[in-house]
Amino acid sequence: MASEAVAERRSAGHRLADLLHGRPRLQVGALLAGPVGWLVIGYLGSLALLLVAAFWSVDPLSGSTVKEFTLENFESLVNEPVYRDIVWRTVRTALLVTITDAVIAFPIAFYMAKLASRRGKALLVVGILLPLWSSYLVKVYAWRTLLSANGAINWALDPIGLSGPGYGQTAVWLVMSYLWLPYMILPIYAGLERIPDSLISASEDLGASPFTTFRRVILPLSFPAVVAGSIFTFSLTLGDYITPRLVSSDQFIGNVIYSNIANNQPFAAALALVPIVVMIAYLLVARRLGAFEHV
Amino acid sequence: MRKRDGNPARTAWLVVAGLVVFMLALAGCGGGDDTTGGSDSSEELQKVGKGEGEVSLISWAGYVEPGWSKPFEQKTGCKVNNKEAGTSDEMVELMKTGQYDGVSASGNATARLVAAGLVAPVNVDLVPNYETVFEDLKDQPYNTFDGVNYGIPHGRGANLLMWNGDDVKPAPDSWNVTLDPKVAAKYKGKISQYDDPMSIAEAAVYLKFHEPDLGIENPYELNEEQFNAAIDLLEEQSANVGEYWSEAAKQISAYAGGDIQVGTTWQYQYFALKEEGVPVQASPASQGFLPKEGATGWSDTWMLAKDAKHPNCMYEWMNWIIEPKVNAEVAEWFGEAPAQELACKETANKNFCAEYHAEEPDFWNRVYYWETPLADCGNGEEDCMDYNDWVKAWTTIKG
Repeated sequence: MASEAVAERRSAGHRLADLLHGRPRLQVGALLAGPVGWLVIGYLGSLALLLVAAFWSVDPLSGSTVKEFTLENFESLVNEPVYRDIVWRTVRTALLVTITDAVIAFPIAFYMAKLASRRGKALLVVGILLPLWSSYLVKVYAWRTLLSANGAINWALDPIGLSGPGYGQTAVWLVMSYLWLPYMILPIYAGLERIPDSLISASEDLGASPFTTFRRVILPLSFPAVVAGSIFTFSLTLGDYITPRLVSSDQFIGNVIYSNIANNQPFAAALALVPIVVMIAYLLVARRLGAFEHV
Repeated sequence: MRKRDGNPARTAWLVVAGLVVFMLALAGCGGGDDTTGGSDSSEELQKVGKGEGEVSLISWAGYVEPGWSKPFEQKTGCKVNNKEAGTSDEMVELMKTGQYDGVSASGNATARLVAAGLVAPVNVDLVPNYETVFEDLKDQPYNTFDGVNYGIPHGRGANLLMWNGDDVKPAPDSWNVTLDPKVAAKYKGKISQYDDPMSIAEAAVYLKFHEPDLGIENPYELNEEQFNAAIDLLEEQSANVGEYWSEAAKQISAYAGGDIQVGTTWQYQYFALKEEGVPVQASPASQGFLPKEGATGWSDTWMLAKDAKHPNCMYEWMNWIIEPKVNAEVAEWFGEAPAQELACKETANKNFCAEYHAEEPDFWNRVYYWETPLADCGNGEEDCMDYNDWVKAWTTIKG
């Protein structure tokens, strides 16, 4: 019986091989059907559903969706100042986090790519990846403990007469900058590694000062990598709602979406379109700046 | 089949394209009929049959613990799958998935669950222990709709005013310590408030006592003027609030870390902090366990999902949870008054029911159980603020 089954399977395998033989388009089609299907249905499909749901409303009593076209979700989004505040707060924090991470990440990535020994490079890569191995929640809760009134930050600052930021927007900025730093370092590192050392030497030979070399050679060549990293830090900050919830009482876009999901999904859908629009605008600006030209 | 197919690659693309069209069509015309709802008099179970081997529950933290769920599994053969939820909104949302057999719903969820057609009537005759549930918990507006019972009472309690005894002196006897801007300013940045629209009702309870001119009767039935007064109070309060809490763990760490000194809480956090050795206090027995204005509270109901996959096990569970011994254990573990009259004889602490006023209907007149705010507040004018207004206002208050 066992050998029959093997024979059966082999013949099925053979038939499959026969079928695919000499048909490259079928081969590619079979290979891509899964991933493309997933992308189209799971990803674009749900986005389409989100877009449509944003124009629906909700029955006040049962909380169930009323599937009739209405603009009321967008009207209250635009007309009520609280949502403008929340969107601006979120975008501002995302920008701040991105700038902070870029400023911290660049020197580290430069050292890793150009100066460190092979061993030092390996150690740094592991060191940067290490925090990604632990749970996101654990890290945020750790920061919550650090930032608390009786926490380590206040304890350390107390002798010099200072105190930590406590919970609030500053805390959100700090924690997010910490959380997303690896996502900025790694692309910049990869980008800098691709710049041949000979270009830097050539620049020096032609009499450029180190600063000029940085400004005219290194920065333009690594700029796409910085933008790639910034897309990570910016979008991750834009979408996060757990960090604001744990280290502040401030509402970010994600928090308002979360609090509306249970009783007003259409409004939550309308809100969810805001980060998408912001992200599209961000990518357009990045392209304008030439970020994708050398990729 | 495949041999006959002329161009299989094109077929594959056609399949993908077909799926896209299907998705878009689904999005476009909405499909599905989840707008139905309404009180569907779907047939009640007539007899509890053999258990289905498992039951899936949604509950508040502390309602389903191994102490009483393990013996239930042994007795009935129904394996308990429990999912804890932190807010009533979350419970409603989870029930919409249709994956669960029952939920321990508070009064601010029950009406919504019934209106959305997510729960089924419960035949209380099939729950033998229902007989001896406290009379003032039976046939209440939050568990009985149009004269039809929709669940089994679990227990009840009041939300607490809790403070750190080292920082807040003298012990407050009023919610003014968090709500009156003048008094609360003393604890600026050290006040914690429940992050839920139900906090608006807390402000309404306060106003009902201090500003009788507003004419607030029921803190969940507020007309625009009353509602705005409550919102104003909470907007002023927000400057003093250190943290809005939603998870019990978050509030516990805030009190333990010294970030918070006073605020609204549940029994669960109070006992957890006591255990950690944090010197927290709550309104003492001499004040009837309540600030002088009274308090919001809850009276929870085990409800049966409309299309429950394991209805027999769910009926077994609803009977089990108000078994005198079990209900006593649940009530003592959680720190709330039991629903079962006979549970008062089974508590480890013989004074438990007296301490929690389980047998005193008068005490509960000062506790305003969570309800779903509706536009229709019984005066026939539909001029009350509904739950959507509450949610929106709550977002605005937090800013």
